[in-house]
This record gives sequence, structure tokens and C-alpha cells, in this order.
Amino acid sequence: MRKTTPSQDFIRGIWNENPVLIQMLGLCPALAVTNSVKNALAMSAATFFVICCSSVLVSSCKRFIPNEVRISAYILVIATFVTLADMLLQAYAPVQHKELGAFIALIVVNCMILGRQEAFSAKNNVYRSLLDAIGTGIGFTIALVMMGGFREILGTGSFLEYSLFGANFEPWVIMVLPAGGFLTLGFILLAMGFVEQRKKTKTTLTAEQSP
Amino acid sequence: MNDQTLFSIFFSAMVVNNFTLAMFLGLCPFMGVSARVETALRMGLANIFVLVLTSLSAWVLNTFILESVPYLRIISFIIVVASLVQIVEMAVKKLSPTLFRQLGIFLPLMTTNCAIFGLAIFQTNRGYGFFQGLTFAVGAGLGLTLALVLMASIRESVEFSDVPEIAKGTGLVLIIAGTLSMAFMGFAGLL
Repeated sequence: MRKTTPSQDFIRGIWNENPVLIQMLGLCPALAVTNSVKNALAMSAATFFVICCSSVLVSSCKRFIPNEVRISAYILVIATFVTLADMLLQAYAPVQHKELGAFIALIVVNCMILGRQEAFSAKNNVYRSLLDAIGTGIGFTIALVMMGGFREILGTGSFLEYSLFGANFEPWVIMVLPAGGFLTLGFILLAMGFVEQRKKTKTTLTAEQSP
Repeated sequence: MNDQTLFSIFFSAMVVNNFTLAMFLGLCPFMGVSARVETALRMGLANIFVLVLTSLSAWVLNTFILESVPYLRIISFIIVVASLVQIVEMAVKKLSPTLFRQLGIFLPLMTTNCAIFGLAIFQTNRGYGFFQGLTFAVGAGLGLTLALVLMASIRESVEFSDVPEIAKGTGLVLIIAGTLSMAFMGFAGLL
């Protein structure tokens, strides 16, 4: 395994290896609950809680988990914290809990969380695993809020329920419907591909100009 | 107890609230296995099988065990799904080694397929009975298969067309999925 510094562990998940936009993990929640910024924030908060707690627990108990049953052990740890998150949301934010519905329980099968346990927490110490989990959580939040923002602004003409364009705005209802989720993520990926391509041509051009 | 008719549950799960295109469940195989129609079809059929088994076990758990300990629901469901997939894998390996080879890695990956876990959760939340749950599972499975096969056939024909460089890969798949999802919205008036 290549050596990384703690700050790299932290930053990596935020942009360069963003779980949703680059690695395409955890797409279910990213598409299903991002029809408003508020839902996106509630979902990211729950996921953030689960990934941080499970990373800490898995990395501190890694010596006691036999290699053969490690995946089941990780899933059990994750399921425990999802149950906790579910109960906490139900107690303190009942409205959001109702709106997100079954998708809170579905955090268990978010491949992003299991992926971080298997790829990072199982091999590193508690401090580094926590940094990695926080970074990945922030990356997930950025992606979700970005999508939620696009979809809410275009689909209802408001941001966090504050009206932006006044009464004359004709909302693009399609953006808050399921089809809008696929289209938004698709167009974000196209834009990222475009930027990437521009960067590549620029570097080849400069390389040719200065031999 | 929910009193929806079996017919409306079936059609709702299959086309109107299609698991993949309207509820975003089971997206991993939808992106990963939809390059060839043949593999997509096989994946869909395997999914139907596991979905039906999951629905049965979720019903058993709900009726006999979880009544008194509702907070163990998420944990017990995920264990049931994981062990079920393991059992199915062993059975398929023993009974039909050919099919086992064809399905490859996608069989064990079903454990983290949100469609399977989602089915158990939705079935519980809506309070479906035994037959309602079975119908729901078959409908959802057929819906998944339909979406997978449609997507695979579109991707097979797109392969030979001239797509801009930036759109190659996941971006294009997502936009096709968006278009398919819009088409499926046409079924909304059916029920």
C-alpha cells in the first residue's frame, strides 16, 4: 500500500476521490433524496454520523475481527449505527424522518460506507480512519447538496424554501421528479468530463510549446 | 394490514413505481451489468428469485419475531439477506455449476443490492400480508428485469454510434436512464 499523509487521507475523499461524483458509490441515496436541499442535508448528516462511528469502531476492533467473517462484522457494525441514526432522527427531526422514510434504513446498503471500512479502516489506526471517514462524509455532503441545490432551484424556483425568482418563474417540475435526478447527475458528470478534457488539451499544448 | 388489491400492487411495483427508474433502488447492477442484453436478463432473473425468498423471510420475521423487538428490524433484515444470498449461492453452485459460472461475482454482490433490502423495508412499512408481499416481490423483480433489459438494448445500439468524447461512460448511461424514467412516468395514470 502506498504511503499517504494524514492530510491526504482527509482531503482525498472530499474531491479527488469523491464517493458519488468520481467513484459512483452510494448512488441510491444521492438520487433518491436530493429533490430538496433540506432532505439532502438530513441524509448527509445521517450518513456522516454512520460512517464516522463505524470507521472508529472498525479500526479500533480490527485486531479482534477474524478475516473470514470481516464483511459480515462490518455490516453488523454499520447496521447498529444506522438503527441509532434512525432513532435519533425520529426523536429530534420527525418531519425529516417522515420525508426520508425508508431511505434512512437503506444507508445500511450504501456501498460507500462498507467500501471505506474494507479499504481503509481495516488497515489503519483510529485517528487516520476517522480523518478518512470525515473526508468521505464531507465529499458525500458536497455532492448531495450540489444535486439538491440544482434540483430545488430549477424544480421549484427556491433554495432552502426561500423563493428566488418571484411568482413569475415557471418551475421545471421534471427536475424534482425521479427523471430529474438521473438527468442532473448525468449533466454534472458531462460538465466534469468537459473540464477534464480541457485540462488535458491544455497540458498537451503547453508540453508541445515548451519542449 | 394493508388492503390494496394484488393486481394494483403488482402493476405499481412493476411499472408505475419501478424500483430502478422511479425509486433508484438497485442502481449498481443497473450501471454495471447493463452492457449486454443476455447478462442483463440473467441478472434480472436471479434478482426475482432472491427477491421472492427475501419477501418470504421478511414476512416470517415480521409476523413471528419482530413484533416484540421492532428496533432490531434493520439488523435482522440485513443478516437475513446476507445469509440468504449465501445459501442461494451454495445451492446454485451445487445444482447448476454452469449458471453459477455465468452469474459470477454478481451473485455475492446481491447482499449490498439496495433493491433486495429495500423490498423488505417497504413491505414492512406498508404492512403487506403474505400474498401481497409475494406479489410485490414478483412485480418488483419483473420491473427490475424490464429496466435492465431495456437499458442493455439501448446501450448495445449506442455502442456503434458517434458519441462525443466527454459523454462516453457513466454520464451517457445516466442520461439514457433519465430518458427511460421520463418514459415510465407515462404509466403514472394507469392506477
